[in-house]
Amino acid sequence: MSDENIRKSSGINREWPVLIGKSWIYLFLLGEIVVFSYYGTGFFSAKNFQNVMVNSITIMLLAAGEIFVIISGGIDLSVGFVMGFASVMSAKMMVTFYTLGWNQNLAILMGILIALLIGFLPGLLNGFLVTKMRVPPFIATFGMYGIAYGFSEIISYNVPITKLPPGVGAFGNGYLLYYLPGKLLNWFSQPVGLARAEIRELVPVIPNIFVISLLIIFIFGFILSRTRFGQHTYAIGGNIDAARRAGINVDRHLMKVYMVSSLFASLGGIMYVLRFVNGRADAGSARMLDSVVAVVIGGASLYGGTGSMVGSIIGTFIIAILETGMVNLGIPTFNKYIYVGTILIVAVLIDQLFPELVRRGD
Amino acid sequence: MNNTKTSPGLLVKFGKNWVVFFLIVLCVLFSFIGKGFFANNTINNILLSSSPALLLAVGETFVIVSGGIDLSIGFVRGMVAVISAIVMRDLYAMGYSAFLSILAGIVIGLLAGLLPGLLSGMLIAKFKVPPFIATLGMYGISNGIAYGLCSGFPIINVPQEAGRLGNGHIHYYFSGLGFSLFNRPPGMLDSQLRNLVRIFPNSILISGLIITVFGYILARTRFGQHTYAIGGNIDAARRAGINVDWHLVKIYVISSFFAALSGVLSVLIFSNGSHTQFSASLELFAVAAVVIGGASLSGGKGSIRGSFLGVLILSVLEVGFLMAGIFAFYRYIAVGSILVLAVIIEQTFPELIYD
Amino acid sequence: MIEERKPILEVKNIVKRFGGLVAVNGVSMEVYPGEVVGLLGDNGAGKSTLIKVVSGVYHQDEGQVFFKGQEVKINNPMDAINLGIETIYQDLALAENLNVYSNIFLGREKLKKALGCIDVLDHKYMLTESKKVLDRLGIEIPSLKNRIKMLSGGQRQSVAISRSIFWNAKFLIMDEPTAALGVAEQRKVLDLVRTLSAQGVAVIIISHQLYDVFQVAHRLVILRRGEKVGELMTRETNPDEVVSLIVGAELVENSKK
Repeated sequence: MSDENIRKSSGINREWPVLIGKSWIYLFLLGEIVVFSYYGTGFFSAKNFQNVMVNSITIMLLAAGEIFVIISGGIDLSVGFVMGFASVMSAKMMVTFYTLGWNQNLAILMGILIALLIGFLPGLLNGFLVTKMRVPPFIATFGMYGIAYGFSEIISYNVPITKLPPGVGAFGNGYLLYYLPGKLLNWFSQPVGLARAEIRELVPVIPNIFVISLLIIFIFGFILSRTRFGQHTYAIGGNIDAARRAGINVDRHLMKVYMVSSLFASLGGIMYVLRFVNGRADAGSARMLDSVVAVVIGGASLYGGTGSMVGSIIGTFIIAILETGMVNLGIPTFNKYIYVGTILIVAVLIDQLFPELVRRGD
Repeated sequence: MNNTKTSPGLLVKFGKNWVVFFLIVLCVLFSFIGKGFFANNTINNILLSSSPALLLAVGETFVIVSGGIDLSIGFVRGMVAVISAIVMRDLYAMGYSAFLSILAGIVIGLLAGLLPGLLSGMLIAKFKVPPFIATLGMYGISNGIAYGLCSGFPIINVPQEAGRLGNGHIHYYFSGLGFSLFNRPPGMLDSQLRNLVRIFPNSILISGLIITVFGYILARTRFGQHTYAIGGNIDAARRAGINVDWHLVKIYVISSFFAALSGVLSVLIFSNGSHTQFSASLELFAVAAVVIGGASLSGGKGSIRGSFLGVLILSVLEVGFLMAGIFAFYRYIAVGSILVLAVIIEQTFPELIYD
Repeated sequence: MIEERKPILEVKNIVKRFGGLVAVNGVSMEVYPGEVVGLLGDNGAGKSTLIKVVSGVYHQDEGQVFFKGQEVKINNPMDAINLGIETIYQDLALAENLNVYSNIFLGREKLKKALGCIDVLDHKYMLTESKKVLDRLGIEIPSLKNRIKMLSGGQRQSVAISRSIFWNAKFLIMDEPTAALGVAEQRKVLDLVRTLSAQGVAVIIISHQLYDVFQVAHRLVILRRGEKVGELMTRETNPDEVVSLIVGAELVENSKK
């Protein structure tokens, strides 16, 4: 390890700018928070940060799937409508089972399970087209974009699916912990028998669906950065021929990667149903590109081989905080599009101009 | 292998033109299912509804042949529509003549539309930002600007003449009374209007002319040749002395120009400048049309003729499904499937390279 | 010592045709453990074709391949690698976005249990083992945590070679190993070849640079128009003789007239 020591002792001065360069995205996020807290009243509050959490869920889930695909050197354009498909599918199932007279918890669980199972299909098909039929990822997933959208509109007859069991919203809009200052603390559900004044004082802590999403993302972040599966994903994105020559079953691996992406899109759809208590075909349509943006701001390259889960989460928060902060300040939302577009270009420009600052999670 | 060698003509010829055959099959199919598919009106409808997609697809063809992609054109179109409608409305309100305000609206709209292309071209050529990213950034920026200018509502109160120009037809024919060119015959009763036969919309004439010119440029000129060369092998193009950077900037400006043109025409046709989030799907349909028309996203392949056919297939699907009373969303499934199928056909039979 | 003198690789009467063209016509040769053989010839002489038969890219039309004394059928590159025949390609087949030790272990990552049940990458093990093989071959690379992208051409070559040695390759094929390198780096790669040879690894070098081949090869095999036209011990010949064999003796005599 002598070389390491030499580097440490001699290179401190040179490493500082590199360190700042590598972590500029964190600094940017911090700057965003500082600016919005300074100018917006009530931005820096527990309640508002929980808003940010809830608002970030969709982008974060889509980005978590997209990061696998982008690191492997592909792209998945279908995630937005696969999400819509899953939301329609699970809502439909929940309504069907519930009207059949099932216990509502069972109906909800079945809806979620079926949507997750069917949610693998678009990914399987994408993966098959990309690996076996040699269709470029952009085209294969773009085809799936149309197909998934068409199917979900047909299932939902072009209107949101409503009349879901009441438990959906109770869980989806619930919090992990309810805290009444100085009096009581209750897990998972709002304590019963409170006076109106007390309800107003009740502090809910951390939204349920945020906890679940983050947990799953954490698991897959671990898979990406610590396991052989993750390592092979980076290798395929870096040099697909080298990966093949090293004996990695590239085709099967890519199939799995597209299925992971589809799984996350379906999770996004399910979380949408839990939160908004309806299922709609266009639930995630606008978020597909946001998720790509989050991943790229987080340091991934569309050429494959670089990127990290932590980066995409930070990228997600940069967008989510921007949105919430602008609403908070009363800035018209259209500015968000301009800023996100600009940040995206600047992020890639920085990576292009200073290649030594490549940010990735290995 | 031997079979194709002994009869190289027919099979390959059929394969090369499968898009044409597919189009014909679609038309025949729909004329059986839907009533009056072959009526003059339907054909006008198909031409009209394909007009914006066609313009976007032509610009996108240049970009895709050069090996890039332009995701911003849908929102550039919206932005230009809003800008040119605002100019027309405000100048007209300030008391300028309808002709002058419309002209100014068109010119300013087209000029504003060149900017996004110039910017993304610079980012791609000079700063090596991947086209997907540069144009995605421009997508956000032009969306934001358009949305900011119109707050999500169409810009109305543009001079009436704008609509008359855009919705005019080259030839009007009224049985028994005669015909007129470019403008509706004056002094007609409302009851007579219904029997008026309109032939060939003006907007199609304008876009048709411009598309022909650029089709010629791509197929026959040095500019087009260089575009193919860059898409085929950018290093070889550079070594051959082509100014690749400058050429790429021009290509993204062309793409932006077509988006702008489509935006200006939309103002002339609908008499308002409208920008919605829906515009975003326009560029994806444009890309789909170009790829169905035989272009490859890795560059070096594609043609205006092919893209034209691709757009026609998408439009025939749209109008046909509508007339046949098929639930409109089957169209998305059909488009997605055809797109994937087109690429699979190409991958499986590489000898069928379009020209 | 007698055991040592059995050839590790032996090809007999290899013929490979492409349509009407005979690319390799009845070539036989053998390579002994620890021996460096230079395979020489003009463009189109059949060197690459012969090598691709051995590395599993092509399959011969006639002839046999023996590896460690046994006849083998090499149907694809993976077969060759599994036998212990490694080809170091010019594009090197490294993932540039991964670091040195990840590339050495690519596809055969060492895992350990986290929390007693989950398989995770054992970075520490892979780092120390990679370090060992690099030290053994006398390769200097600043940090094994550096991504391949940061390394020079020669360093990349060394990583690719260490990778195959680590996985017990006994037989290396190097196609133009010094072509894209600077002078100092060329020397390092040639030193590495000598180290490999000293450690009992057999090497076939294909190169246009006669000077390089003369420095490291023990024996030279010269092909012309798909046929073997000469086999010489390096110390018993000189570049002029080799050149005349490469271009064809009669040609040289003609030019002298």
